[in-house]
Amino acid sequence: MTSELVIQNLHVTVNDGEKEVLKGVNLTIRQDEIHALMGPNGSGKSTLAYAIMGHPHYTVTEGDILLDGESVLEMEPNERARKGLFLAFQYPVAVPGVSMANFLRTAVSNVRGYTDQQPTSEDGRPGVIGSNLMPMRDFRRELLDKMDEYHVDRDFAKRYLNEGFSGGEKKRVEILQMAMLQPKIAIMDETDSGLDIDALRVVSDGVNKLAGTGLGILLITHYQRILEYVKPDYVHVFYNGRIVRSGGAEVAHELEARGYQSVREEFGEPELVTA
Amino acid sequence: MATTSDREALAGVKDEYRYGFSMPEEYVFKSRKGLDHEIVDQISDLKNEPDWMREFRHRSLDIFLSKPMPTWGADLSEIQFDDIYYYLKPTEKAGTTWDDMPDSMRNTFERLGIPEAERNFLAGVGAQYESEVVYHSLQEQWTKLGVIFLDTDSGLREHEDIFREYFGTIIPPSDNKFAALNSAVWSGGSFVYVPAGVTVNIPLQAYFRINAQNMGQFERTLIIVEEGANVHYVEGCTAPIYASDSLHSAVVEIIVKKNGRCRYSTIQNWSSNVYNLVTKRATAAEGATMEWVDANLGSKVTMKYPAVYMMGPRAHGEILSIAFAGEGQTLDAGGKVVHGAPDTSSKIISKSISKNGGRASYRGLLKVAKGATGSKSTVVCDALLLDDRSRSDTYPYIEIDEQDVQVGHEASVSKVNEEQIFYLMSRGLDEEAAATMIVSGFIEPMVKELPMEYAVEMNRLIQLQMEGSIG
Repeated sequence: MTSELVIQNLHVTVNDGEKEVLKGVNLTIRQDEIHALMGPNGSGKSTLAYAIMGHPHYTVTEGDILLDGESVLEMEPNERARKGLFLAFQYPVAVPGVSMANFLRTAVSNVRGYTDQQPTSEDGRPGVIGSNLMPMRDFRRELLDKMDEYHVDRDFAKRYLNEGFSGGEKKRVEILQMAMLQPKIAIMDETDSGLDIDALRVVSDGVNKLAGTGLGILLITHYQRILEYVKPDYVHVFYNGRIVRSGGAEVAHELEARGYQSVREEFGEPELVTA
Repeated sequence: MATTSDREALAGVKDEYRYGFSMPEEYVFKSRKGLDHEIVDQISDLKNEPDWMREFRHRSLDIFLSKPMPTWGADLSEIQFDDIYYYLKPTEKAGTTWDDMPDSMRNTFERLGIPEAERNFLAGVGAQYESEVVYHSLQEQWTKLGVIFLDTDSGLREHEDIFREYFGTIIPPSDNKFAALNSAVWSGGSFVYVPAGVTVNIPLQAYFRINAQNMGQFERTLIIVEEGANVHYVEGCTAPIYASDSLHSAVVEIIVKKNGRCRYSTIQNWSSNVYNLVTKRATAAEGATMEWVDANLGSKVTMKYPAVYMMGPRAHGEILSIAFAGEGQTLDAGGKVVHGAPDTSSKIISKSISKNGGRASYRGLLKVAKGATGSKSTVVCDALLLDDRSRSDTYPYIEIDEQDVQVGHEASVSKVNEEQIFYLMSRGLDEEAAATMIVSGFIEPMVKELPMEYAVEMNRLIQLQMEGSIG
């Protein structure tokens, strides 16, 4: 079955209903599709990403988010991850003292259901804490393979999660996490921002590779630049809390040629919102 | 209150106790509750101790009875000294294999993965089960090197000369009320002697446990590291939960001679009714290094400040401590460094975690004596609060009587960051697992100093401790 994420008339407020940021977003993303969502700063793109993943600061006031027909609105972020959603963060968070390998083994074990089993020893007694994680040897082999495939140096397995990583390293590691967690639908929030051309190429290669494995991608970006490397099936222009135009690659080229100013002229100056 | 004259009066009848107290089942001997000179005599009789030790115990009891309760630090007013068994002897002889352990103990040990560690790493394990070592094996190579690693009672019996020379010299009974108490009723613990120039490559390890309701545990450890010798001693502890209060009051004395090196690592995870009041102190001679790695989880109250007295030039002292306070728990921990000679250096790093209204405090003393020129010291304390009800305090005492010194002090308090929680949850971890991972990361700088199997166990202990803490 092809998975699909359906966003229906989504209205979202930030900070307990003070401010409406999303004003009726409609979007359907299926596996094997790449959607680019382009829009100016402050248009609410990141809010959409956070709302899909269930960030506690955002409240859905109207509409729904459905994954394969099931609403995810009542699910915790970890449950959404287990259902097959993934968010590549614009600003991945550092967790000092937690090695990449330890973090990823725990994450993979949760998402793939290893941790649904209680640890039990051979003779039926309570087993060793942590013995219900993915077997270390299998995990290690898979991690090292994926690190090689997605151009993340093997030393990063021992490094603390995102601590002291450069902007490019953080984004590469987000792609690696995505490859390990094997989601159905991934939202990539400005994955291209702050990357030099080499890093952009590596990250784009990763996205393309994953797109070929049946992943559905929502690529959120401010710039046209990444679309030279990643070819979207659909392009949406996001403005003032909603999608104002959708189409194929030509929409991006048109936007590139005319700039966001043309969108502003067509749809009017927005009230100021914080992304 | 018993007095010296009581003791003399009792001397005539004490032989009766030697045979009268053996328990038919689990315990060979269990003293009655409470503490007086008669109990002290019983303990000394059962252990068949030399007179000097018996006198030491009686003298210590008098000091204990005469000293007031400490009025600083945690609240100790609920300790009922009369409601405690001061001595239990579970079996006649020390066991020699893992299979000799009682089944119930092995369950908890298995959840923490200790048998695995045993298989892979443990070369010699002393396990204290109810005041007495029941399980003790020592690798042959150490014996060949002249290293002594015994339970303290055996140490006294078999090496009385060395024992007597050092015992009670670093922490005399008069040091504090609980050191006096331990000196009066001590039982078990480890006696370690490392001859000059000998490096012990594999850590000496001991697991300590409390296992009887209302049982006080008063182990006594004495470690002597001769010139140029090097040893790492590790104690680990998890305790089952009991209905009524329990008292643990240990004394650890360490002597590190010229250019010697000693590291003493502790993981203690007491059940939430235990008063854990421990005195740990080491002296470091010229060029010697003493390191305490001290992780304190659980207990009702912990008061523990491992100390290093740097008595010779270029001595180095280091104290890394972790305190984890949960609901209803007060952990008052930290360290003491005393610079008593020139060019000495020290470092104290303290990490505390408080959750569900727990209270973790750092209490530390940095003292530089006159003449200890060129001394350097760094103190860093970081506190992590898991919720708004929990509390962290810092009490850094600094006494410096010398101009030519470098001293640094940093302190920070932080809360678990909700962006970190969201990030980890978006990767499939539930909120508790996410918070647990952040806590594990917070103490990682210390955990990585532990031998590998202990580091693994420490992370499991943190997971046990975090169970049920969210939601």
